[in-house]
Amino acid sequence: MGEFAVELRDVVKKFITPEGSELAAVNHVTMQIRHGEFFSMLGSSGCGKTTTLRMIAGFEWPTEGEIYIDGVAMGHTPPYQRTVNTVFQSYALFQHMNVFQNVAFGLEMEGVSKDETKKRVGRALEMVQLTGMDRRFPKQLSGGQQQRVALARALVKTPKVLLLDEPLGALDLKLRKEMQLELKALQQELGITFIYVTHDQEEALTMSDRIAVMSLGRVLQMGPAVEIYERPTSRFVADFIGESNFLEGKVKSVSGDQAVVVIPAWNEDLTGIAMTQVKVGDDVAVSIRPEKIRLTEDARIKENCIEGSVVSSTYIGSDTHVYLDVRGQRVKVWEQNRISTLDPRAYYQKGQKVWLSLMMENTLVLPRD
Amino acid sequence: MTTAQATEKSVKKFSLLKVFRESRVAQGLLLISPANIYLFLFMILPLILVTVLSFLSRGTYGDVVFQFNITNYTRLFDPLYGKIFIYSLEVGLATTVLSILIGYPLAYYIARAPARQRSLLLFLILVPFWTNFIIRIYAWIMILRAGGLLDAFLEWAHITQHSLNLLYSPTAVLIGMVYEFLPFMVLPLYTSLEKIENSILEAAADLGAPPWRVFLRVTLPLSVPGMIAGTILVFIPAMGMFVIPDLMGGAKTILIGNVIRNQFLTARDWPFGAASSMILMLLTMVFTLYYTRKAGFGEELLV
Repeated sequence: MGEFAVELRDVVKKFITPEGSELAAVNHVTMQIRHGEFFSMLGSSGCGKTTTLRMIAGFEWPTEGEIYIDGVAMGHTPPYQRTVNTVFQSYALFQHMNVFQNVAFGLEMEGVSKDETKKRVGRALEMVQLTGMDRRFPKQLSGGQQQRVALARALVKTPKVLLLDEPLGALDLKLRKEMQLELKALQQELGITFIYVTHDQEEALTMSDRIAVMSLGRVLQMGPAVEIYERPTSRFVADFIGESNFLEGKVKSVSGDQAVVVIPAWNEDLTGIAMTQVKVGDDVAVSIRPEKIRLTEDARIKENCIEGSVVSSTYIGSDTHVYLDVRGQRVKVWEQNRISTLDPRAYYQKGQKVWLSLMMENTLVLPRD
Repeated sequence: MTTAQATEKSVKKFSLLKVFRESRVAQGLLLISPANIYLFLFMILPLILVTVLSFLSRGTYGDVVFQFNITNYTRLFDPLYGKIFIYSLEVGLATTVLSILIGYPLAYYIARAPARQRSLLLFLILVPFWTNFIIRIYAWIMILRAGGLLDAFLEWAHITQHSLNLLYSPTAVLIGMVYEFLPFMVLPLYTSLEKIENSILEAAADLGAPPWRVFLRVTLPLSVPGMIAGTILVFIPAMGMFVIPDLMGGAKTILIGNVIRNQFLTARDWPFGAASSMILMLLTMVFTLYYTRKAGFGEELLV
């Protein structure tokens, strides 16, 4: 058994665009995916996540670099000789076969005996809760059921790695949430490595052991959900995952992992944690998540405290989204509605003056990109 | 107004306008009437005429006498006509099979070509229709005749020494038929092949199927509807074709189409010609029905 379930070493995939120019859809990507891991590739469309997945499946071959599955270099191995299976975004079910035949297809190709096939298909259908649907045709199934058939069809092969290309993209929100939990449970139960492609950050955060955030063919950051959200290493990641307020500034002094940043727009210094190596004089962006800013009526803490006035606020039940003007800069703050009251002032009114307390540990200093 | 009152009123004063206003059935019938009129004028009426005609008798001077006559049909059981029917069936089948064998790779190639090239290739398939059918057949005669283009080329390339004598042979008829009917096979095949998404083929490969198994288990079954449509479009007209055997088959190749044409135009035996047409139609219908059932025109494929 190889050290990693899947390993990509400096993989590049170039395409020729219809205009004739070269485009690197995947640009020097290196990743190591561990056995039994739920690994997600997250990014907006065109970031190279699907191309990367297709290269692991064998539908595309890298222009440069090498892909290893379970320690074996794949080279130009065709998809039908790889020990991975794919769940497609469009399900890609065989319309001319019923559910049983669809799920049995992979076993038929392996030459598994009839009895064995029956047993394994039965088990796979049970796994995705489709028992008794064997004789139905894909056209007669709902989107969610078709998704389950696609899943069973791939899982029945007991692959070492299951590749999932936005499998829940076509489902409605409620079903998607259910399937997310189900997929995660299934993955833990089976212990199969899942490589999951999605553009939905919440989906990635909910399910993944580790996430690779991709943009323009590159991996910007790789790590567990908490790390990606709480310790982004670039402005792009901080912006893409969740929401954030950004302030531009210059590093004034550095001590350890802390940096003092001059914010010219505020004519103020902010102390924060440097996410990357910075030195005095660097242009940086300071990122503060809206839920990590506290609003108070008076300035109790001197450090990192600044006055602003409410521009608008939206009550959304659990939270109030407050948009403020702080010395000419727009700042958004998510305040949790901890106290049950009908007093409109508790939910911040337009023009109301408040103090924002920006804690040092919530103030992240990122390179400006 | 209650229903009883309404009925009473409409009974009292019947008006067509009222019927159409109140009855959904009448409205429906009115709306589909253009199609019905068309069907009646161009299909049902001629069919009735031919059916009636096939039971009448031929007059001395080639006119039609209104006298019931069954011999038109009994005559067809003559072994001579039996042979022609069987031969026509064979030519029709051979044309269909060859059209599939030649048309399938072509349709597959077009369907898998880049989108930009696809419309150009389809256009090229249709270009021959710009020229009159008879002229195109004469072009084939020029190619196939003794000492024609094909012979000249083969001799020039030192492949053959003598003329192949292709023209005026069953082979020439088959070449002409396949040439004429190929587009009718390619187009429906293309339509069903083009509908097969790439991801379906990728899924099959992903599940362990090498290319030839992907073709046999996925591509081929999914293109069956196109093949059925193409077969109907090729087989039925091929069975009744008489121009190509006339021009390219010489005296040796007589198909049922020629027999029917001759009865109407040369022998002036319209009732017998009509009876032959009826039998041809029945044969074609039986064959087509059998074929579509057998080929599994399953519900899942109709969609």
